[in-house]
Amino acid sequence: MQKITRSDLINKAKELFANGTVNRVLGWKAGEFAYDVTPAVFNSIEDMEKNFVFGDFCNANFSKYLIAETGKSAEKVLVFLKPCDTYSFNQLLTEHRFAREKVYAVGIPCEGMLDIGKIKNLAGDGILEIISGENAVTVKTLYDDDKTLNYADIMVERCLSCKSKKHVAYDELIGEEGDVIDSNRFDEVERIEKMTSDERFAFWQSQLSKCIRCNACRDICPACTCEKCVFDNPKSSVNNKAISDSFEEKMFHIIRAFHVAGRCTDCGECSRVCPQGIPLHLLNRKFIKDINSFYGDYQAGEEEGSRAPLINYTFDDLEPGEAVGRGE
Amino acid sequence: MSMNKEFKPNIVAFCCNWCSYAGADLAGSNRLAYPDNVKIIRVPCSCRVNPMFILRAFQRGADGVILCGCHPGDCHYTSGNYFTRRRMALLFSMLEYLGIEKERTRVEWVSAAEGAKFAATMNEFTETVAALGENKRLEDLRCKR
Amino acid sequence: MRKCSLNLLDTIFAKITAEAKLYLPVDGENGAEYKVWEPGVQYSNSLNTVRSAKDFFFPQTENLIEFKVTGKQIDVIDVRNEHEDFVIFGVRACDAASFDILDRVFLSEPVDSYYANRRAHGVVMTMACTRPVETCFCSTFDIDAANPAGDITCWKTEDSIYFRANSEKGAALLAKLDGITEECDDSSVTAQQEKTRQIMSKLPLANLTTEKFGGGKTKDFFNAPEWKELSQACLGCGTCTFVCPTCQCYDIKDYDTGNGVIRFRCWDSCMYSDFTRMAHGNSRNSQVERFRQRFMHKLVYFPENNEGIFGCVGCGRCLAKCPISMNIVKVMKTIGEK
Repeated sequence: MQKITRSDLINKAKELFANGTVNRVLGWKAGEFAYDVTPAVFNSIEDMEKNFVFGDFCNANFSKYLIAETGKSAEKVLVFLKPCDTYSFNQLLTEHRFAREKVYAVGIPCEGMLDIGKIKNLAGDGILEIISGENAVTVKTLYDDDKTLNYADIMVERCLSCKSKKHVAYDELIGEEGDVIDSNRFDEVERIEKMTSDERFAFWQSQLSKCIRCNACRDICPACTCEKCVFDNPKSSVNNKAISDSFEEKMFHIIRAFHVAGRCTDCGECSRVCPQGIPLHLLNRKFIKDINSFYGDYQAGEEEGSRAPLINYTFDDLEPGEAVGRGE
Repeated sequence: MSMNKEFKPNIVAFCCNWCSYAGADLAGSNRLAYPDNVKIIRVPCSCRVNPMFILRAFQRGADGVILCGCHPGDCHYTSGNYFTRRRMALLFSMLEYLGIEKERTRVEWVSAAEGAKFAATMNEFTETVAALGENKRLEDLRCKR
Repeated sequence: MRKCSLNLLDTIFAKITAEAKLYLPVDGENGAEYKVWEPGVQYSNSLNTVRSAKDFFFPQTENLIEFKVTGKQIDVIDVRNEHEDFVIFGVRACDAASFDILDRVFLSEPVDSYYANRRAHGVVMTMACTRPVETCFCSTFDIDAANPAGDITCWKTEDSIYFRANSEKGAALLAKLDGITEECDDSSVTAQQEKTRQIMSKLPLANLTTEKFGGGKTKDFFNAPEWKELSQACLGCGTCTFVCPTCQCYDIKDYDTGNGVIRFRCWDSCMYSDFTRMAHGNSRNSQVERFRQRFMHKLVYFPENNEGIFGCVGCGRCLAKCPISMNIVKVMKTIGEK
């Protein structure tokens, strides 16, 4: 359950609309059901009062939308940022992807968002209502009795290993500031590293072969902001939609993860949106873990203007031959 | 092992124009033998090699890929090979994470004066890859028809 | 109508497998998927598979032809492999209806022989729904979840499974199961259907209608200002089109293997920036136009060319899978209400 409410955010927006700070709001719009929330731009407070929603399904990271949104008007846009979103926000600023002065960023605390897939698995068919309580969630369904579910069992995977409740960029903060958390986010990577080479190959082969090349992981990624992706260039001879050989998915996913290595803030959107449930964040996290152990701890987006590890070097860096097999 | 003696692996060697390619040249003029299945691709700097080049080489039938550049500190463009070093450390570690045999990829620094090192490296690398056998884990079956 | 005890389900599957390869929904870690049946494989109780059943007739990628170059010689190699008999079990009413939509595209002149062959070699065994979920809206498109089409329709009750053949192909297969099944009346099935229809009428999307849409309505919606708002959060990924049972756009490409060319076709997505790219460039340069294309195609253009049949079957997959939760229901409600 979130500590702040929809009305807290609407009141803040009302104030900023009234004093002329912003002329529109990037927020979450209610859908047909309890969980299908869509990112949307609200142009007035009336619009917000009618359609704006805030709750446990406001997963979307708005940072990437700011690139397009700041280009649309000379006036400021109000954006609500959860702690993990602020890292992406900073990273995009570092890469000069949008104009900071066109954004009014309000940091909002986050208690972790929910995964509707997990809820459906546990609560059964036909979700009618999801009521977030203090310690548990009550789910009303079409066929079964009401189910009470623990937050830990239905949280989005990325929130279970949240790295920080601290906002690293904002103009204003609503609610209490949190801390950087000593998360368990590399546990799964370590588990895979400990497998034998054959097991690792079998694991990734089974995962990556599920890929349908919808490109959702790339398109949602706040670090993937190339105007034209190499995979969308018909002349590059790497296909953007075919999956006619298993090599294609490997190529795509290695390159996708490599391209954001050192810039990926570990927001976890890639795995959240994958329609096939591929744990893509485990590729990104491998790079983050390696960067930390090879070149010293680095958190992309923590500090605006920081130099990414892959565009940096020291004279006595590790040799590639020494890098492989360190996890074993 | 005896079966692998028959197997001649395809080796792709990316060589930087200023040091390693000249090193290969020197190996040639000194008549130092290295396997003819090493295919050299000359690049302006080891830093030119994008991870996609390495994957593409495997896709197109390479069994091993080696990247040679100037020794750290000697880059013609001052710092290119420093970037290469970081990139390849991460890429090779990732390939291993995906279960690709780590012996199939290598980075070696070879200067223009090191003809002997070039030949020795290629001999040794080819032998290592030959012992591993055909690249099965990063292959594109379409290219093997 | 024939029936047999549910305990004999594996016997039925084994018998079918003796005739042809049998695919059926099997639970996996990411929901149900179609898998080949073999002893020990459990038929899933899930309402539907994550991906649709269109793959069986219109696979995501298929090689059409291959050219091999040896010196100056070019050999044309036939790589077709769509002549194998197969049976798909457990197809839901929505997916079964999607085959009619695909048929209209691929079986009208000029006939797509790859698709036609697969259609000819496949037997579709459908399974009536009993527990539709909140994202279901097949009734909007006049599809009866309790009475699906297909070559053979099946109903599963607590203890039995009922079969009804709807086509010659279906009757032939059902006849082969005669030793296991027995003749019966349809009273249990009728009771189950009644119950399912009751549930369908109470679903959250039961009131969604298509009355505002259909052929000849292009001008009503094409320039609607709402498209911009609806599409503004769209990522331009292909999730909706790739999980959709009726999306039928494809691309044909050549793959250079180094010693020849493989000509293949793969699903395309109108959400992609290179969709219908031609020599002069793209006809739809913005995401608004591409987004509009998807929904106008399903709600206006398709019925215009196909006697009023809509290009959506209400399976609800896009509702479940869109990364930003934008979908055809929201579009119909927003655009239709203007």
